[in-house]
Formats: sequence, C-alpha cells, structure tokens
Amino acid sequence: MTPDDVISALKTSKLRGRGGAGFPTWMKWNFTKEATGTAKYVVCNADEGDPGAYMDRSVLEGDPHSVLESMAICGRTIGAAQGYIYIRAEYPLAISRLERAIAQAGDMGLLGKDILGSGFDFEIELRLGAGAFVCGEETALLASIEGERGMPRPRPPFPSVKGLWGRPTVINNVETWANVPVIITRGAEWFANIGTEDSTGTKVFALTGRIENSGLVEVPMGTSLRDIVFNIGGGIPNGKAFKAVQTGGPSGGVITADHLDTPIDYTPLQELGSIMGSGGMIVMDETDCIVDIAKFYLEFTVEESCGKCAPCRIGGRKLYNILTGTTKGTGTQEDIEKMRTIGSAMQKASLCGLGQTAPNPILSPLRYFRPEYDAHINDKLCPAGVCKDLIRFEILTDKCIGCGVCARKCPVGCISGERREPHEIDQSQCIKCGECFEVCKFDAVLRA
Amino acid sequence: MPVTEELTLPESVQDFIEKWRDKPGNLIMVLHKVQEAFGYVPRGVALELARELDVPLAKMYDIITFYHFFKLEKPGRNPVSVCMGTACYIKGGQDLIAELEDLLGIGLNAVTEDGEFSVEAVRCVGCCGLAPVLVVNEEIHGKVTKEKLPEILAKHREVSAE
Ligand SMILES: Cc1cc2nc3c(=O)[nH]c(=O)nc-3n(C[C@H](O)[C@H](O)[C@H](O)COP(=O)(O)O)c2cc1C
Ligand code: SF4
Ligand code: SF4
Ligand code: SF4
Ligand code: FES
Repeated sequence: MTPDDVISALKTSKLRGRGGAGFPTWMKWNFTKEATGTAKYVVCNADEGDPGAYMDRSVLEGDPHSVLESMAICGRTIGAAQGYIYIRAEYPLAISRLERAIAQAGDMGLLGKDILGSGFDFEIELRLGAGAFVCGEETALLASIEGERGMPRPRPPFPSVKGLWGRPTVINNVETWANVPVIITRGAEWFANIGTEDSTGTKVFALTGRIENSGLVEVPMGTSLRDIVFNIGGGIPNGKAFKAVQTGGPSGGVITADHLDTPIDYTPLQELGSIMGSGGMIVMDETDCIVDIAKFYLEFTVEESCGKCAPCRIGGRKLYNILTGTTKGTGTQEDIEKMRTIGSAMQKASLCGLGQTAPNPILSPLRYFRPEYDAHINDKLCPAGVCKDLIRFEILTDKCIGCGVCARKCPVGCISGERREPHEIDQSQCIKCGECFEVCKFDAVLRA
Repeated sequence: MPVTEELTLPESVQDFIEKWRDKPGNLIMVLHKVQEAFGYVPRGVALELARELDVPLAKMYDIITFYHFFKLEKPGRNPVSVCMGTACYIKGGQDLIAELEDLLGIGLNAVTEDGEFSVEAVRCVGCCGLAPVLVVNEEIHGKVTKEKLPEILAKHREVSAE
C-alpha cells in the first residue's frame, strides 16, 4: 500500500479518535503528511488521565504490538522516522510490556533501520508521564516530552502542522492506534460496517461504580446505554435504583434513566449535555449524591489545573467553593445562577479543554437533578444521605425493640438504652457514619 | 533537610544518565530514575543532577514541583497509595483513608514515626473494576474493606522486616 492508499483506507473506515474529541483520524494523518518539513513525529497518547477509566491500560498490557505496528504504519504514511509513546508512570506493568514489545519488534526487524528491507527507518521511544492530568491534553503532552512543564499551548497551530519541537506531529490515543492495523488487514469496508453511520467500529468502556459486573466492555458504536448497564453490566447491585451514568469523566456529564435508550455515539451524547469522552462510565445509584459527585470532579480539576489562564484557575476554584457550601448547607438559590455564569465563562474563555469542560459535571446534572440541588439549598437536606452536614440519624421509639445491635456497632459509642427498651442517640457525639442505619434490622433508625 | 545526605548517584542512575545525556527532553526521565532509586528526589541529588545535566537548579525544581509524581520527602518503607479516582471514591476510598489514619496515626502525605508506612492519595491506578483499590509496595489490593486493612498492613510490615 502506498501512503495515499493508507489515508484513503482510513477515510473509508471513518475511524474517529478515541481520546475524547472524535476527530477523523485520516484528516490528522493527511494534514501531517501534506505538511512540509524535514522531521516529523508520531506520538501515542497513553496518559489515560480520566480517573476511573483503564481501557488504554488493557490494550497496552494485552496487545502492545498493535500500537507499535500502527505507529510504524503512520510513520511510513506521513514520512516520520521517530515515534514516542507518552505513558503514565502509574502503569508499571504496561510500561514493562511495552519495553519488551519494542525490543522484540527490533529483534524481528519490525522496528529500527531498514524495516523488512524496505529502506524505511522507524524507532519508538517511551516517555513517562509524571502524574499531571493536564498532560493528557495534546499540546501539554508534547511540552512534557520536550522536558518542560506540561502547560497547554494555544491552538492553532495544531500539532499536525506544528507539534513536537515545532515539527508536524500526529498524536493519537492508544485505542485509536489499536484500530488501525485491523482496518488495514481486514479492510476499511469491514470496519465501516460496524457501528453507526456517523461513528464506525467498536468502543471500549470502563464500566464501574454501582454495577453488578464491573469491568471493560467492548461494544459496537451506537449500542444503547441500557444494553451496557443492564444486559452486559447486570444492573445495579443490592436492589438499589439506577440514578445516572457519568460519561466523559471530569469533562463529561450525566445520563439519566429517561435517556437509557440513547445510542452511545458522539452527537447524541452531546445533545444530552454529556460527551463520549475516552470511555469511562461511572454508574451511580440512589445512594450517590449528585452534588457530592460534582464536588469530587471539581476538586479534581482545580487540583489539576495548570494555572496558566485565569478563567480556569479562578473560575474552577469558585465553583468548587460554591459546591462545598452547598454540601454544608450554606448554599443559596443565587449560587445556582452564579455557577451557570462562571461555568459558561470558563467554557468560552479557557485556553484548553481542561478548563473549557471543567464546569460540565455541574451544568449537566443541573439540567436533570435540579430538585436535588434545591433540597440541599432550601431544605438543607441531602436526599441521598451522603453530605454529612445535612443528615441526622434518629431512633424511632415506636419501632426500636432495644436489641442493642446499633449501640454495639456505633464507633463512638453514642447510642445508649436499656435492653428491650428504645435506644437513643446522643446527637452531640454522633459522627454520622450511618452504621446504626445500616445494621438495624427493624427499620427503627431514621435518616433525615 | 540536610544537604549532605545521599550525595552519590548509584551506578544504575549514572548509567542511565550516560544513555540519555544527549536526548532532548531527558530531565523528566532522569528524575524518574532517581525516584526509582531513592523513593524520592533528595535535595543533594537534585543539586548533583543539575550540575551533571547542566540544568539550572530553579528549572529542576520548577519541573519537580509541577509534576505530582515526584516526591521531595522520603516516603515510608512501605508506601501506601489509596486510590481516590472516581470509581474508588464512589466505593468508599475516603473511608479507607480515614481508617488508615486511625490505624497508623498519620494523615495523608505523612510518615509513621518508625518509618514503616506513609500514606498518599492517588488518582486511579487503572484497576477501577476492583474498586476500592490501594497499593502497598507496588502490590495492588482490590475490593478493600476497612476490616481488611490491619491484615494488609501486617503483611507488608513483616516483609519489610525480613
Ligand atoms: C484535559 C485533557 C485531558 C486529556 N487527556 C487525554 C488522555 O488521557 N488520553 C487521550 O488519549 N487523550 C486525552 N485528551 C485528548 C487529547 O488532547 C487529544 O485530543 C487526543 O490525544 C487525540 O487523539 P485521538 O484523535 O486519537 O482521540 C485530553 C484532552 C484534554 C483537554
Ligand atoms: S484551561 Fe486550565 S489547564 Fe488549560 S491552560 Fe488554562 S489553566 Fe491550564
Ligand atoms: S438496632 Fe434498631 S432495634 Fe436494635 S436497638 Fe438499635 S435502633 Fe433499636
Ligand atoms: S450515625 Fe454512627 S456515630 Fe451516629 S449514632 Fe449512628 S452509629 Fe453512632
Ligand atoms: S478509580 Fe481507583 S483504580 Fe481507577
């Protein structure tokens, strides 16, 4: 196959980037192929930063050669002789498997000088991430390979024309890379027949949280969320009710029970206010608090913001503070408007995707779970019973048979009562751990 | 921290530096090697590295402090990392941190007095299906409950005593 044949196969396959944005892969490769310049680079984004997602890790550990082969194909297509895999240091097993695979490929003459006598040279080197989520963003990642702080750079120019060390660079996600060799061997039409018109092929998801069968699932694009959660995932454990699924991690939003039949595809998810993301799917049930989860994500993005631009640095902190207030019972209705205003400013004015998408885990649930926010703000109550400042445990005297189980389990020993007599909680000592609520077999402990 | 401690670079690190000396963007890779050898980046070593690689010390610390993975303080003999990624957070990662605090008497990013354990929170180790997860001495423990913690700690304490 000539380089043009490879580009045209990718075009026919309609493969889109699996790192989150879903950009057509053939276009990236083509831009870089057409770019003039002596040195060009091929980069694999194996930073997998979405906490709670591990699709890329499984590819790198299970089939590292698929990524190496793919990068070599790209090198030959665009005219690059050097590839880099930027992998997070938290994946030691994947790193050692990649090192071994690179050595094996070198021994077999599949990497290195004059590959299979074709006159084409291609080397791959590993570069380790160092625990900065923002380095998953492509321009920050390239800065990190260059040995600098991983700070995003304004785009354009895009990496495909001005990337690593200012040279044209193709950067793709691990799963995107792993799709290329099968497209070449089994044919672009075969691939394009899987999935939907708009999004072809399969996608791997990390199904975690409140789910019976937690793990990785690979499904054709367009599969419904209901299928994934209830058929493959086996539904919600312990007889609890499904609440929502967070897709897209800290950049994404929630999909509720009403939308379980939505096909998993880029556009439909966006219409619901979430995103496809890289494949994280966190299932929540009725015991998870939507405000608490939003606060968790905001804490994450505030910690991980590189601080380069004000909308993200200051806006993120403000959102986090407001959410903290909401979970502590000091929130007001004006806060909701404030969060919307700050959020939309961040979406518009942040330099990189981290800040642009950081408000999503608030704005998306606000569309569907406004009553839960209102309960925190107006009634000072956390309906899911998660926010400790907004719950209180009480023993109902008419239901308590005085078995004493709760008193024995209470970690601070603040439940007292005679045997066979109604027990009582000393509210001043209670740390709201919920143990009494869990252990009482007579529904005598009330959580309010 | 005294500047005189552990000034010499072990051979493995020196070999690594030789291999990487002429590669652009090598600093982060060398720092990883240093941390692998010492468990953290001792100040004396940072000074020597700056000389070796001809990098200003300010730049060196600029990089070390930007990347959360690099530690400036010596961790315990058995570093405990509790995952606080989303999957583990939902499954009670925070309760594990609270329980470790009770069991070891130290909070996050601290070392026990006997130097045996240190505790840190990390963001996802890629075993989310096993949430909640904690890692001790690079050994991954999945589906951890508060009740299992004493046993896990005892096991690692014994191994390090051998
Ligand atoms: C804050 C942030 C974090 C990101 N993290 C990752 C990541 O961990 N892995 C990844 O492949 N892409 C990540 N991306 C997307 C990359 O910038 C880029 O779009 C991707 O590597 C392109 O590859 P693809 O076209 O194959 O999807 C991230 C983007 C942003 C804004
Ligand atoms: S949006 Fe946030 S992470 Fe991105 S460049 Fe600005 S401050 Fe840094
Ligand atoms: S466990 Fe329930 S029934 Fe038993 S003493 Fe406690 S509240 Fe009463
Ligand atoms: S919530 Fe916890 S601390 Fe409070 S009474 Fe119940 S068991 Fe005791
Ligand atoms: S969220 Fe804990 S291992 Fe991924």
